[in-house]
Amino acid sequence: MTASAAAVSKSPAGSAASLGEMVAQPYRYGFVTDIETEKIAKGLDEDVVRLISAKKKEPAFLLDFRLRAFRLWQGLEEPDWAALNHPKIDYQDIIYYAAPKQQQDKKASLDEVDPKLLETFEKLGIPLNEQKRLSNVAVDAVFDSVSIGTTYKAKLAEHGVIFCSFAEAVEEHPELIERYLGSVVPIADNYFAALNSAVFSDGSFVFIPKGVACPMDLSTYFRINSGDTGQFERTLIVAEEGASVSYLEGCTAPMFDTNQLHAAVVELVALDDASIKYSTVQNWYAGDENGKGGIYNFVTKRGICQGRRSHISWTQVETGSAITWKYPSCVLLGDDSVGEFYSVALTNNRQQADTGTKMLHVGARTRSTIVSKGISAGHSSNSYRGLVQMGPKALGARNYSQCDSMLIGDQAAANTYPYIRSQQPTATVEHEASTCRISADQLFYLQSRGIAFEEAVSMMVSGFCRDVFNQLPLEFAAEADKLLALKLEGSVG
Amino acid sequence: MSASPALLEITNLRVSVADQEILCGVNLTVHAGEIHALMGRNGSGKSTLSKVIAGHPDYTVTAGSILFKGQDLAGLAPEERAREGLFLGFQYPVEIPGVSNLEFLRVSTNARRQVLGLEELDTFSFEDHLQQRLELVQMDPSFLERSLNEGISGGEKKRNEILQMALLEPVVAILDETDSGLDIDALRIVAEGVNQLANASNATLLITHYQRLLEAITPQYVHVMAHGRILRTGGPELALELERRGYDWVDAEAGVSSRADLAVGVSA
Repeated sequence: MTASAAAVSKSPAGSAASLGEMVAQPYRYGFVTDIETEKIAKGLDEDVVRLISAKKKEPAFLLDFRLRAFRLWQGLEEPDWAALNHPKIDYQDIIYYAAPKQQQDKKASLDEVDPKLLETFEKLGIPLNEQKRLSNVAVDAVFDSVSIGTTYKAKLAEHGVIFCSFAEAVEEHPELIERYLGSVVPIADNYFAALNSAVFSDGSFVFIPKGVACPMDLSTYFRINSGDTGQFERTLIVAEEGASVSYLEGCTAPMFDTNQLHAAVVELVALDDASIKYSTVQNWYAGDENGKGGIYNFVTKRGICQGRRSHISWTQVETGSAITWKYPSCVLLGDDSVGEFYSVALTNNRQQADTGTKMLHVGARTRSTIVSKGISAGHSSNSYRGLVQMGPKALGARNYSQCDSMLIGDQAAANTYPYIRSQQPTATVEHEASTCRISADQLFYLQSRGIAFEEAVSMMVSGFCRDVFNQLPLEFAAEADKLLALKLEGSVG
Repeated sequence: MSASPALLEITNLRVSVADQEILCGVNLTVHAGEIHALMGRNGSGKSTLSKVIAGHPDYTVTAGSILFKGQDLAGLAPEERAREGLFLGFQYPVEIPGVSNLEFLRVSTNARRQVLGLEELDTFSFEDHLQQRLELVQMDPSFLERSLNEGISGGEKKRNEILQMALLEPVVAILDETDSGLDIDALRIVAEGVNQLANASNATLLITHYQRLLEAITPQYVHVMAHGRILRTGGPELALELERRGYDWVDAEAGVSSRADLAVGVSA
């Protein structure tokens, strides 16, 4: 049985004008760090792939992985099924490797990192200095194509937890990389995953050994600094039997009036009884109010619940990027495994987002939950696209999906494209969807109780997103709330 | 005339919405310590008047003025009016999904307290502050965790309005048909709340269709509104007379049968 549905709602005209004026987007992270950078020439061919691999002194298996991916990529077409419009990307006009000069040779410790880089991350609210570090959160900081340092490595090592940059993992734990890289997202999975597999630069690697609950949250902060460079990071997280980890990802970029490509791949592997919680607050530069500049964000994220009773949970707060194309998914292979997807996607001005998830139920009694909250303001377009698939062996599997859209102003669009395929009659799939608008009466009610217009909007938006924010680690939830308010802040008529 | 200060002075107020005149020259003065009742048929302009005073953006004031504590309200946003102590109890309180009653009440109370120069209440001290006011309106505290005005009955919504009034301690409270849709018990609770909150330094304007609310709350003045204007003012006995005779005689005695009659009369 196959069923698919598409519901499109375009907001009608005539809402409060003042709401429509809430389009200004002050972006606090738009600065550029002036630092000497080593870049390779623009363009992509087999030599560039070899050059990247050589710069990273990679073992043969990895070069081979890259070359296979590159050859496959050349035969693939850019996907065109998403509800996104953008000029054709010229892949020969992008620099595929850029690194701060001093970072070319690996640093033994964070104390040796260029102070300009430390300052950059401090400005972004991610202090890497010993004294100012976020307590109980270990950070891997990635600047353009390289990781500049990882905090709390020693403390984590005491528990057998490996948390380091991807490049370091290739050097120190090649057997783990060879075993798991590409095991969840195959190199030819899609156009952007293939591109990433060919040219990926750096990223984070996490390994939680059997029976270990990671003693602190782990996080990676991605920063794009160069105006003509693509960022292609790779993240791999493996949780062995009974292990658990909570991982956070944040990202920002300077304001350029050109577009930068970001094509990342994230792979999660959970063995028996393991649990991985992956949270993202995505705040790449979104372009200006006319849609000039901003990041093109084409990301493949997938986790496999390989073991029985394993658990993978994705939480994302997507507020940035000119274009977002992203479907963090779960392959529920192990019997009784659980997949979750909690998402808030806010689009404003000319932003476009086509985002959602895939829940592929393979094992018996697998369960999945999807909660998606889309907020569209300005002239933006915000689509939820999700697939729930019940395979022939998914006896008694269950899915519950809830997709809610909120419209602000009268020029924004919200779309929902839920796809449901079931080959197992005992499986249950539930889908609920709603569309609402912030009404003038609701705003007047709050205002008439002394609550300012913008605060009233922000209260209603964060109320709308509460189910998702509740899933975020505490400090992140407060941050996400503030971020949303900031994104909607503007001159109010 | 009262010796107390005038809290609300409405002078020749004319209001339009979408080029149609709804209020055609309203005059009304409310002093400290007074309770006024504003009565009239549906469509006479009572609710419009209350929303205009509160600053609803849909209405355009084309002439006249509203002074609140001597200050002209023109140009003040609804939230500024509220913080200064103007309160509108809504006829149909809206539901706001996702915003909890408790959080809303606390944010709103603190916004008012800031203007009064009182310290901001954190979550814990606010709950203490809230407790005795909850008793006043006899609300079950379980509603506090739920979304604003969601999943509660019409009567509870009205009691929630009185609870907000108790928290905000307004200088002038306008209650727009707070009595409509209430059963006898809820009506008594609402009336007791209003009576307890009324004092010598504040004032209340009750908008109502019915005499029955005025049996529980005794106003000093009763005004009859028709065709966008106050046509008659009297004491509590006027409400009884309206109950007995209806509204037609007021129109007849004033010689007015539509807004058009007034538009000519007042602009002349």
